[in-house]
Amino acid sequence: MPLIEIDGQQLEVAAGSTVMDAAQRAGIYIPHFCYHKKLSIAANCRMCLVEVEKAPKPLPACATPVTDGMKVSTRSAKAITAQKGVMEFLLINHPLDCPICDQGGECQLQDLAVGYGGSASKYQEPKRVVKDKDLGPLIATDMTRCIHCSRCVRFGQEIAGLMELGMPGRGEHTEVMPFLETQVSHELSGNVIDLCPVGALTSKPFRFSARPWELSRRRSVSPHDGLGANLALHVMNNRVLRATPVDNEAVNECWLADRDRFSYQALTAEDRLTRPMVREGDRWIEVDWQKALAQAAGALKVIRDTHGAEAIGFLASPHQTVEEHYLFAKLAQGLGCENLDHRLDQADCSALPGAPWLGMPVAELDGLDRVLLIGSTLRKEQPLIAQRLRQAVKRGAQLNVVHAVDDDLLCKVTHKLITRPSGLARALAEIARALAEAGRDLGSVAAAVAGIAVSDEARAIAASLLSGERKAVLLGAVARQHPHRVDLHRLAEAIAGASGATLGVLVDSADAVGAAAVGCLPGPRGLGAAAMVAQPRKAYVLLGIEPYLDAHDVAAMRRALESSELVITLSAFKGAAQHYAQVILPVVPFAETDGAFVNMEGRVQNFRAAVKPAGESRPAWKVLRVLGNLLGLEGFAFDTAEAVRQAALPDGEASVRARLDNRAPVGELLLQAAVDGLERLGETPIYQGDMLARRAPALQATRDSEHAKLCWARGDLIQRLGLVEGQPVRIVQEGGESVMKLGRDDRLADGVVRVAGSHPLSSKLGPRYDAARLEKM
Amino acid sequence: MSLNVPNHKVCSWTQDYDQPASLATYTAHGGYEALRKILAEKTPAEDIIAQVKTSALRGRGGAGFPTGLKWSFMPRGYAGDKYVVCNTDEGEPGTFKDRDILLYNPHQLIEGMLIAGYTLGAKAGYNYIHGEIFEQYESWQQALEEARAAGFLGKNILGSGWDFDLFAHHGYGAYICGEETALLESIEGKKGQPRFKPPFPASFGLYGKPTTINNTETLASIPWIMRFGGQAFLELGKPNNGGSKLFSVSGHVNKPGNYEVRLGTPFAELLEMAGGVRAGHSLKAVIPGGSSAPVLPADVMMACTLDFDSIAKAGSMLGSGAVIVMDDSVCMVKALERLSYFYFEESCGQCTPCREGTGWLYRIVHRIEHGQGRPEDLDELLRIGRNIGGNTICALGEAAVGPVASFVKHFRQEFEYHIENKRCMVGH
Amino acid sequence: MLSPQSLALIDQEVAKYPPEHKQSAVMSALRIAQIELGWLSRDTIEFVANYLAMPAIAAYEVATFYNMYDLAPVGRNKVTLCTNLPCQLQGADKIAQHLQAKLGIGFGETTADGRYTLKEGECMGTCGHGPLCLHNNHKMHTQLTTESVDKLLDEMK
Repeated sequence: MPLIEIDGQQLEVAAGSTVMDAAQRAGIYIPHFCYHKKLSIAANCRMCLVEVEKAPKPLPACATPVTDGMKVSTRSAKAITAQKGVMEFLLINHPLDCPICDQGGECQLQDLAVGYGGSASKYQEPKRVVKDKDLGPLIATDMTRCIHCSRCVRFGQEIAGLMELGMPGRGEHTEVMPFLETQVSHELSGNVIDLCPVGALTSKPFRFSARPWELSRRRSVSPHDGLGANLALHVMNNRVLRATPVDNEAVNECWLADRDRFSYQALTAEDRLTRPMVREGDRWIEVDWQKALAQAAGALKVIRDTHGAEAIGFLASPHQTVEEHYLFAKLAQGLGCENLDHRLDQADCSALPGAPWLGMPVAELDGLDRVLLIGSTLRKEQPLIAQRLRQAVKRGAQLNVVHAVDDDLLCKVTHKLITRPSGLARALAEIARALAEAGRDLGSVAAAVAGIAVSDEARAIAASLLSGERKAVLLGAVARQHPHRVDLHRLAEAIAGASGATLGVLVDSADAVGAAAVGCLPGPRGLGAAAMVAQPRKAYVLLGIEPYLDAHDVAAMRRALESSELVITLSAFKGAAQHYAQVILPVVPFAETDGAFVNMEGRVQNFRAAVKPAGESRPAWKVLRVLGNLLGLEGFAFDTAEAVRQAALPDGEASVRARLDNRAPVGELLLQAAVDGLERLGETPIYQGDMLARRAPALQATRDSEHAKLCWARGDLIQRLGLVEGQPVRIVQEGGESVMKLGRDDRLADGVVRVAGSHPLSSKLGPRYDAARLEKM
Repeated sequence: MSLNVPNHKVCSWTQDYDQPASLATYTAHGGYEALRKILAEKTPAEDIIAQVKTSALRGRGGAGFPTGLKWSFMPRGYAGDKYVVCNTDEGEPGTFKDRDILLYNPHQLIEGMLIAGYTLGAKAGYNYIHGEIFEQYESWQQALEEARAAGFLGKNILGSGWDFDLFAHHGYGAYICGEETALLESIEGKKGQPRFKPPFPASFGLYGKPTTINNTETLASIPWIMRFGGQAFLELGKPNNGGSKLFSVSGHVNKPGNYEVRLGTPFAELLEMAGGVRAGHSLKAVIPGGSSAPVLPADVMMACTLDFDSIAKAGSMLGSGAVIVMDDSVCMVKALERLSYFYFEESCGQCTPCREGTGWLYRIVHRIEHGQGRPEDLDELLRIGRNIGGNTICALGEAAVGPVASFVKHFRQEFEYHIENKRCMVGH
Repeated sequence: MLSPQSLALIDQEVAKYPPEHKQSAVMSALRIAQIELGWLSRDTIEFVANYLAMPAIAAYEVATFYNMYDLAPVGRNKVTLCTNLPCQLQGADKIAQHLQAKLGIGFGETTADGRYTLKEGECMGTCGHGPLCLHNNHKMHTQLTTESVDKLLDEMK
């Protein structure tokens, strides 16, 4: 380990580190702009020039490797002269518009100019003006402020895996921009707002709404995918005005997906519920809490007493807090009802031995050598997990994919089997069989796959999994929602077992692990979500659910609710509740309550309310507590969310860990035949997965949201059916039909029609992965 | 004059024959014999590098780095691909010698690149040719085809079992690509922006592979050295300055052109070869090594000999051997304005001091030239120059500053006159 | 977008480089496209980028960095005159004035009939033969005099 000296301080640093690394270790700050710990070294801003003994010129600390005996001065006359010289150059063409710049107050250039800039400019020549660029609904530009550090460009190339921004031009005419007539559309694009050290790239939704020093930062956790990215919610006047990442190397590193960053907009959505409401005949009237709760409790009691507790169905969103999942389950159980679930988007809710989870710490994904990804539209389900796997591939990992669409994962995919959704299990069976042929033990699925013919690609995937050290077989949301879910799970388990890989589930909602861990699941004799829909109940209690979007089979869900006598909904937003509910209880989203989410690795992440509840709305855990008390149930005497959590997870994370289990249910493989004719691929789009994302205008204005409005088919299919790209087409499923515009996507498997689930335009359709027809209008 | 009989014309000898560029002319006078011998005898790479070191051949592109030493930096036991790259991105104002090598002696460059490829264990070589001399790009590609047809390129060269190929890559209008790492970026199909070093190309070069980059004239000198030995080459010049060199003489002389002379030749002799300054005028100043080299006043220059050490001692540099001659009709402010514009226009824009500073320098000089100079401008130019020089990723920063600092230093009164009188001293 | 002949030429360029480095051919591909189509439109650049499996913005970076690419239509005859110091010393200023006066346009402009575009160029590495110009990027004319320029312009249709 080289021994070096920085500003008189001696320290040993790892070979291969840079002077910048060493200085940071020693707690010495070296000014910089282009350097960023997660990006490649550019050494272009020159702000970090330092003096190194025996070097004739100042050297950039970010790009200079340490050598044994090196003596560095970061604040010698020579270093300071160089740094001040660079600062002067940076400022000559930078506008003096700090008073109207959103970056003001949190601007690296502004901060460093205080220390290194002159009080007056010696520059007497005309200043440069750069035309602003339209980067889409998320990022505002003020390109005259750009200092050409290239962080945003490197982010696209290295982290996002897609070069959307570049720096065309030369010399002082170089400008950051996307390709002509395009905008940025990557699901991680908002990170360039944080990366930009000046006010060139800022948040468009936040623009001009506050100064940074007026905002208080409240730590929180993103309520979307199962990663649980760490957030700071920035609050002014009891209003969340923006969200920024909080560094956590183990979870989100320093990044946020755009969904994490911009969904706060929904907190003030127009249909936000602020007062309890009850239906009286055809009229809705606003009532006080006492009356609403009494009515809800009374109605539930009546149903239970007349039809039995099994006539009630309890459905929770997996995006609620773990405390809420716990109390919701307790409420159902207290009423003697075992019909309880948080998996409304699943076709098959059969019981599992435990709570499915990633199977390893999130941070270990980067270090994998071999991955088999099954049934995951990865970038849209898990934007930041996709990023981690991209880094793994960059380090040499082999990523293998079994899916119904060959989406561009923005990294090299070594082998892939792209097949229609009902063929996914068959594809896995081939891989399993190839492993058996290679002498591996498949356990209980061995007999079922014995006669399977193995394709070359399946054999190649098996071979890939048989090499390498650290391996994982990962199941995505499509595999989870799919009617063949159990087969897919069993085969994935067998493949993982036979190849020495870890089986992991890419949990796609904020507290699905927590919900499973605290038992928000059907009891032994109870119905799962799918069965509660297929066998309508007399009454439903919904927590955070939009049934006509969330259900696996929306058409069936409609029939179930329409035939019910009572629907009590606890929700932050009105949505379509007035069509199906009798009692509406306004509860708050994550930002307005204390609570915790359990992420996909079993990490319990607590957060506190960042703002007060809107209007008279209340945290759901409080509402559930009162309901429990009104129903005369035991064990609802909680004063705080912490107390609920203590009861839900008495040993904290250890209580979660005790429940984590990725084993498949015991049983035989079915290996059902593939669907005849066309088949729907009905994934949940990136900005339709939960109530908040659906209501964030900026997210709804993205290209991803535009794409979710289309029905996608391959060019050959469009031609065969005599349809026209860009024209409306009728999608017909058993139980319902919808009309959408037709788009062409040649990456789809043969016979697949991609029609998003969880989407208003498909909310009259049937199951997400089932036969479908396309008809000319 | 040939590669059979040693002579001071190392690279320009073919011009004494009809059809100087043809393979027939080249092979008729000893061309490709050095390669044949090396391949037949399987000469060890160390022996070749030793000869090049003995020759005291120094890079002919401008920096004058010892070629043998550069070659010795290439990793020997490296398992992957390695590359040899020739830098014919000749765009330094005043320099036009490599163009003539492509035009009149293409095969000696090919042979030199082959020997370099063999010595350095390279898989392939690329010759990056300045975009504006597109005719030479095309003619050199034809020479490659001739060489390939004759068995000098491709698989199993001359039956030796050794495979190697050469390709031409053209620039398309960017001076900065003459900087060796910008050139590599450009071959990779990117903007020509220099890389910071370390790592150096010998460990991380083209496509991230070990790469040696040499100037055209440097590589074209290799066959001569291998034919006649490093010692003979050294003796053409003087110690530490081996060989002859092509000097590109432009500006106010009667016969502008390339002249190959032994290093150490007095400047006065070169000036005479180029026909001297125009009648009725006297020598005012000389930029001795391409536009980036500091200008020298006539008396200083006339006392110099043409070698790396003598010109460095005089406060400038031999650079690429591009001698820009200016007589007494030249307005030094106007001359500097044009050069400052060039560096401003050609700055790649990557690093701050150069991107922002070259424009600043140019705008001040432009103001002075156009009668809007201020008394503080000259010191300001020097101050800005100090903040650019040494603080940039590549040498373009210093290249832009060199002319400014030296013009102001040697001709300050001319600049002051311009500022004070808002017009030129020389009568423009 | 491009003729089979142009695509064949691009393929020849691609073959010079390792298969995983098709992007290396982008400078040639843009040149070939420009020769066929006269200039590089947005769609042309996008086509070339797709052909070489590289991001469109990266191809656009290249097209805007090297100054022999034309990102807007130019006249049938683009005359690029070097005005750098050695050429200037050898009389480029006079040629520049003559060209501008004769064509009635400044540098960076195109004659109304679309016959000529005039551009100011940087060093073309042929200084000993200056003043000099490039005709349509690839043909160099050296040792220009006002007379030879007149003749040259006449020959350009």
